Amino acid sequence: MAFDDAYAALTDHEDDARWAFGTGFTDPLIDVPDAPPDDVDVADLSAYCLMLGDDALILSHRLQQWVTRAPELEDELAVANIALDLLGQARLLLTRAGQGSHLSEDDLAFGRDAGEFRNVCLAERADEDFAFLVGRLFLLVTWRLAVLDRLSGSRDPMLAAIAAKGVKELTYHRDYAAQWVVRLGDGTPESHRRMSAAMTALLPLTGELFVTHPVESRLAAAGVAVDPAAVRDEFTAIVGQVLSAATLSASDQPPAEPGRGRDGEHTTALPEIVGEMQAVAHGVPGGVW
Amino acid sequence: MKEAAQVVASVVDPELPMVTLAELGVVREVREEGATVVVTVTPTYSGCPAMESIRSDIRFSLLRAGYAEVDVRTVIAPAWTTDWISESGRRKLAEAGIAPPGPAPRRAAGPVPLTLTTRPVAVACPRCGHAETSVVTPFGATACRELRRCPACREPFEHMKEI
Repeated sequence: MAFDDAYAALTDHEDDARWAFGTGFTDPLIDVPDAPPDDVDVADLSAYCLMLGDDALILSHRLQQWVTRAPELEDELAVANIALDLLGQARLLLTRAGQGSHLSEDDLAFGRDAGEFRNVCLAERADEDFAFLVGRLFLLVTWRLAVLDRLSGSRDPMLAAIAAKGVKELTYHRDYAAQWVVRLGDGTPESHRRMSAAMTALLPLTGELFVTHPVESRLAAAGVAVDPAAVRDEFTAIVGQVLSAATLSASDQPPAEPGRGRDGEHTTALPEIVGEMQAVAHGVPGGVW
Repeated sequence: MKEAAQVVASVVDPELPMVTLAELGVVREVREEGATVVVTVTPTYSGCPAMESIRSDIRFSLLRAGYAEVDVRTVIAPAWTTDWISESGRRKLAEAGIAPPGPAPRRAAGPVPLTLTTRPVAVACPRCGHAETSVVTPFGATACRELRRCPACREPFEHMKEI
């Protein structure tokens, strides 16, 4: 196939597979054993994959909202690339989540109401400015990298494979975000003020990341999931290292009541972003390109 | 009829058409199961948007070569690493002005180390050979490439990141 002909690349498929809603795109996870270990509850495994998949999907969408608005072309590329990596992780995890109930990744991404999403609330909030973008990205991917690194030893072969691949990507994401936190924090008075405002607002919202959900607790006991409480020390150490290099102090705000996104209780930001993400799917139900 | 492995070996990467998918290490295996050619491929990054093109390019090259049944499978474990890029692949990348990756980072036990400065990777300029170059941005036109600049010849160039 000619790779210089975009139209041919979009249409020259006998399996009608392209990229976007309604494309029939499937990326079968073949050659990784489908079956989780016998003693693992499939509903729990699906719920867990949904949590990690929704984190990536919603954060990816927030990053995508910056495309065409980033301060420089280089950061536009970076943000878009990170969003794409996270979308790739989300697709694999949603595919795994839907296997027990025969739902596709598209069913899960485009067919659920906001209340059915299981991402942490920190993933859904809108960014006030670029400092908030890199601050939230840094906090969430620091947590996610620590979790996925441990998850690459999961007894579920699929989760282990998805996690091992994600670790390589998240390492670059965290470096990118952390370097921006340092650059802005240790920059001009104005950039310091903005980075400080972002971290002061965001750090109290991180408590939710370390609350162990019953699903995580059961699966962690079975060697399948990671208890998020176990990554708190690593998270705190990395965040402290970056804040220090950025000449920022830890937030003087008290920790907020931990969000309950894992139970489907979200802020008003989620219906807004989910509505935007699902607009085409709802406008043209079952439509194909 | 050409051997299936030979047919697949000639399929180039849609984003880096100077190298083949086999040279990139994206093609993991080609085997025949009865009348079906089974090709196993692995994505470079989880969200690599070229995977669909890659799969259909392999499929059509085999169909054109006379194979009737083709099954292109995706595996994600073990995860792709730039260490799988062959010597000829590295040479062709360099000839096209893309600095090939060095050895993938080896991790010690413990948490993934944070890098707050530019990664200490010595990348020589693929145009003039100058040994020390600097990163312009760690994310280039695709996830697998970063943009660098050479202080000697002042040319920007791409470098394939080690993963």
